[in-house]
Amino acid sequence: MTTASRRPLDEASRRARHGDATSAGGRRARGPADAALLLIGACFLLPLLWLVFGSLDAEAGYETRLPASPSLTNYSAVLTPELLLGPLWNSLLLSGGTATATVAAAVLAAYPLSRFQSRFNRPFMYSILCGTCLPITAIMVPVYGLFVQLRLLDSLPATVLFMAATALPMAIWMTKNFMDAVPVSLEEAAWVDGASGLTALRAVVLPLMRQGLGVVFIFVFIQTWGNFFVPFILLLSPSKQPASVSIFSFFGQHGAIAYGQLAAFSILYSVPVLVLYVLVARGAGGSFALSGAVKG
Amino acid sequence: MVERKTVRRQLRLLPVVPSVLLILLFLAAPVLWSFHASFTNAALTGRSARNPAWIGVENYERLLGDSAFPVSVVLTIVFVVASAVVGQNLLGLLIAGLMTRARKPVSAVVGTAVVAAWVLPEIVAAFAAYAYFSKDGTLNQLLGGAGVAGADWLYAYPMMAVVLANIWRGTAFSMLVYRAALADVPQDISEAALMDGAAGWQRLVFITLPLIRSSIATNLMLVTLQTLAVFTLIWVMTAGGPSNASTTLPVLAYQEAFKFGDIGYGTAIASVLIVLGLVFGIAYVRLLKDKR
Repeated sequence: MTTASRRPLDEASRRARHGDATSAGGRRARGPADAALLLIGACFLLPLLWLVFGSLDAEAGYETRLPASPSLTNYSAVLTPELLLGPLWNSLLLSGGTATATVAAAVLAAYPLSRFQSRFNRPFMYSILCGTCLPITAIMVPVYGLFVQLRLLDSLPATVLFMAATALPMAIWMTKNFMDAVPVSLEEAAWVDGASGLTALRAVVLPLMRQGLGVVFIFVFIQTWGNFFVPFILLLSPSKQPASVSIFSFFGQHGAIAYGQLAAFSILYSVPVLVLYVLVARGAGGSFALSGAVKG
Repeated sequence: MVERKTVRRQLRLLPVVPSVLLILLFLAAPVLWSFHASFTNAALTGRSARNPAWIGVENYERLLGDSAFPVSVVLTIVFVVASAVVGQNLLGLLIAGLMTRARKPVSAVVGTAVVAAWVLPEIVAAFAAYAYFSKDGTLNQLLGGAGVAGADWLYAYPMMAVVLANIWRGTAFSMLVYRAALADVPQDISEAALMDGAAGWQRLVFITLPLIRSSIATNLMLVTLQTLAVFTLIWVMTAGGPSNASTTLPVLAYQEAFKFGDIGYGTAIASVLIVLGLVFGIAYVRLLKDKR
């Protein structure tokens, strides 16, 4: 359809060629490579086993063991409005709001950067790239100070805007790369028909880069959903805190007793991002998403 | 007419404004404020919370005199080098290399396992790592099964535990970067070397690694920056303890600012981290510029 959506196919075909060449060249080496990989994979899965087994075990501790009598009691215990559903709703508001704001701002910014030549473009893009390198944990102390001064502490909209700002450098970078892949000729046709720049953006460019925008949106959503430190510092009242923070207080209060519930809470909280990740990886290919980010 | 054209041209840049405002207000301002506040005695509560006084370089002097700071710098370097530069980077390269040889389903399954640890919310990953290394956790179960006496890893070897946990958590990124890089290595070069009788390691050292060196540099830079900023993993697993034995700079900055309420001193530590991040950021940008 467009270059943007054709790229994963190229990637796949190149991979396939690559795979053929390997099978011809090094069939002998396959057994050991398989074994080594499986061993590494097992090491990576081990820490996660506890979560799964523990969540099904009403008498779970820190050891990993098959539940003697598997049950869903842990899940039903945490599936209450105040314990899980409220915080999950807050997480959804925070992540959805941040991803929407980020994508909206990034699309607007990427359009002139991608379409019009200007001597500001290169310095701007390089400062943006430099901004992606700012360690966010490092600025949380000053951000707290700033939020106190501006009386923005404990405000969900302000937290959303802050998290959007932290995600923006990467999002602008990715969005511009995706937009560069949409041919200008299509817009020129729209301009000839009298459409303004922004109308052309909405009617021609955005539909063609839907997939790329989806990647950016999900990328920001996953990042925000999993973020603990920022809402931990900026949101004070429990009724506004997302699941990442409430699970931490739960752990402090009950975690030392209710290991199984902690595991069940963790799993329910993780499922949405796992699903979203699979969606991106399946639909667009992990390396496709990464190419938008790393490609210069 | 000419003027109208320049105005129109500048109007074209109007859509960039919301992004610029957000970045200026929420990223640039805190960075500047951090440098400013690090020269004051700003506090979390009390009189100096409302009217912080300018105290010059006192915070930085205290930083140099404070025994916790040099220890923290060393711990941060150990954490970054061991878990990112060596651990994640080499393990990611190894996994990506093995994947070019292994059967496809094996690669897919193992890739999913590695990525799972990375996609999970950081706090969940931290809980899982905590349980794994805790006294009656999975690691000691495994060691017990092999007849080796375990330890209370989080108290006896806190740095080792957080380093291993961060390798587990972050290797997926390096793996993805190197998988993409290795897929770009032309197969015929490697095959020609194979025909000439080059051994596996020779092909790796003389052909593959030089071909992907820009990916290696990019990856090293990015994992270093990501690891420099790790807070949650360490905070949940050890909270910097026992007695500062795993207090990296982000944890130290948090403790000084929020536990002891000394925002000024906390921002001084944060400023050091920001400068470090900017240095790496500028180096990264130059690297990408050179690549073109």
